[in-house]
Amino acid sequence: MGEAVTDARVLARALADPASVVGLDPDGWTTLLAMARAEQLIGTLAIRLDGLAMPAAVKAILADARAAAEHGRRSALWEAEMARRALAAVDCPVIVLKGTAFVAAGLAAGQGRSIGDLDILVPRASLDAVESALLAAGWEWVKPDPYDDAYYRRWMHELPPLIHRERDRMIDVHHTILPLTARITPDADALIAGSVLLENGLRTLSPNGMLIHAAAHLFADGDLAGGLRNLWDIRCLLDEFGTDGLLEEARRHGLNREIARSLRLVATLFGDDVARGVDCFYARRLTARDGWGRPTRPATRLAFYIRSHWLRMPPTMLARHLWTKFRKG
Amino acid sequence: MRHAFAVRIGPVGFRIGSDWRAPIAHLETLYRDYPKPLDGVPDFTVRLFARRPWRRFLRPSVEIGGDYMLPDAAPLPLRQGLLAAEMAMNLQMALGARRYLLLHASAVERDGRALLMTGISGAGKSTLATLLAAKGWRFMGDEFALLDPATGLIHAFPRLISLKNEAIAAAEAACPDARMGPLMPATPKGDIRHMVPDARAIAAMDVPARPALLVFPRHGFAPEIRSVQPGEAFVRMTQASTNYVALGEAGFRALTGLIGDVSSVAVDYPDGASAIEQVEALWAKL
Amino acid sequence: MHDGPYRAPPEGGLLIAPLDEFTAVYHRASGITHLLTEPAPQILAILGEGALSLGALLDRLARDYELTDGDLTDGDLPDGDLTDGTREALAARLAELVESGLVERA
Repeated sequence: MGEAVTDARVLARALADPASVVGLDPDGWTTLLAMARAEQLIGTLAIRLDGLAMPAAVKAILADARAAAEHGRRSALWEAEMARRALAAVDCPVIVLKGTAFVAAGLAAGQGRSIGDLDILVPRASLDAVESALLAAGWEWVKPDPYDDAYYRRWMHELPPLIHRERDRMIDVHHTILPLTARITPDADALIAGSVLLENGLRTLSPNGMLIHAAAHLFADGDLAGGLRNLWDIRCLLDEFGTDGLLEEARRHGLNREIARSLRLVATLFGDDVARGVDCFYARRLTARDGWGRPTRPATRLAFYIRSHWLRMPPTMLARHLWTKFRKG
Repeated sequence: MRHAFAVRIGPVGFRIGSDWRAPIAHLETLYRDYPKPLDGVPDFTVRLFARRPWRRFLRPSVEIGGDYMLPDAAPLPLRQGLLAAEMAMNLQMALGARRYLLLHASAVERDGRALLMTGISGAGKSTLATLLAAKGWRFMGDEFALLDPATGLIHAFPRLISLKNEAIAAAEAACPDARMGPLMPATPKGDIRHMVPDARAIAAMDVPARPALLVFPRHGFAPEIRSVQPGEAFVRMTQASTNYVALGEAGFRALTGLIGDVSSVAVDYPDGASAIEQVEALWAKL
Repeated sequence: MHDGPYRAPPEGGLLIAPLDEFTAVYHRASGITHLLTEPAPQILAILGEGALSLGALLDRLARDYELTDGDLTDGDLPDGDLTDGTREALAARLAELVESGLVERA
């Protein structure tokens, strides 16, 4: 159990090619499990490796992970159902996003996936009505801070987060898929118009819409933390739906570069392609994890952290934001 | 990581990595009679690390991490490194355990049947388990009892016994031969000293027991015994379990099964000797 | 209050463990455990068979469980026909069940 000279490529390989785990020694398994937990991919890994030969200890750990993912799936769907009931009287489409959408639609991307807050997308014009309906049904504001509140309302693509007072679960209400400060402005109306009604009364984005949102979320918003999981989502969506009309639709939202990068990185990390140019830098960031589950490559991480704020805000605004945050400690 | 140690406590395997030698040296000594994780693959990883490289040497401060973490867990000074390791291992159990319903309770066994003692910190569940073990009961654990939803049996989790403040002297007097860890004065939880469970507890740690009695002890009151209604016992045990919700249906079945099968009793006691008498009298009437 | 109809999860959607005056109910769809007192378990049993309005639910409770005013309110009212007070008390219990998600307005 010394210092592992490895990165999360072993995890990516295990997900894409489950047979690659056959013959792992105890330390190899330990490394794989620690990485999968750190990247929140342990449930996904458990589903992918189900049925393969493995030590009894690993089998038990992965069975636990499957049970945990199943519990997460049930809770996420219930939270979506409670939001549906709360918003039934508001006359607008309510679209569930990300993990909840994948499990609601029964997609491969949802299998074993860890799911956090409930994210929903509603038309901007309906935000006030949605907000009041949620407040009436037991959701409350998380942050009482007026600067944060003003910041969210003015610049973010969502309401300030709400939490349900009984169930203790958060909901993020979005009216578009990227912050208004981002230089890319996707066409939210088109995404909503293309959404799909499921049997359980919930709506999801169209397949291409889900892919575009996943790529936007991964590459145009944020510092790539948890990025391997998001890239795995994209890999599963591509596998299930293909790429028909994808690039054209992405271009309409100004996200064709992000979609193209997603396709290349999926082929690199979950396939046999070799990364070239700046993609190497992305691949290094996405796999920066050691055998103890620790984050590695601090310089690469920092670069993506700064970039994430740069992407979301014009520089003068970024300075003001960081200053306000700094003064509050 | 620079220093590492692996151990199995009951059915749960851990590996602990550390930026410093000292906490690992303590673990090696105190857990020397314990087995290694099953198949060489631990259930949980724990990390004791310095937030900044110079913090390894300059006022060394131990951050707690692992598979499961609390975002704002405060670091501990290096001389409390063993406490940091134990806290981090408990945290993995509290946040990550899924195979068993985790009951925040101490447990002892006699004739194949388990006595569970649960209560808020300071109720005396560690001390009582230690005193009962000194009287011939088999010690199963002082912090967590593991209820198997598939069988309804209690599995032992005999980690090091965490003694606090006046309980240290009481345990030392009751178990003069026990091996002890370093005395750590003035930790966030007061003075702390770890005691190694006796040889029998370690040798029999893979033997589960059928739960027979659930006790809610309360220290510092005149002796009194009161039966606890199932509804109250159920609610108190859901609060005493960190993974009841996460286990879903299995947790519900396990806990309602436990509450239906065992008697639940509240025991007020003035001191350890009295508590032992009260508990043994209850046990004799089962 | 909204007069429904109301429905509860069908048989199999709930695990029910009577404890004492409390009944523990595990709701499979949500994974949430609820601790209920009378007449909530009876309401769930009736509404699990099919959606009913508040009035129809009251009639069923009176018939199947011989619940009277005393069971549903604080017990100050004389036994006999269900009164407005009972209806109000029941509506309040129903509202709690709707908020908990165990009962849905169909």
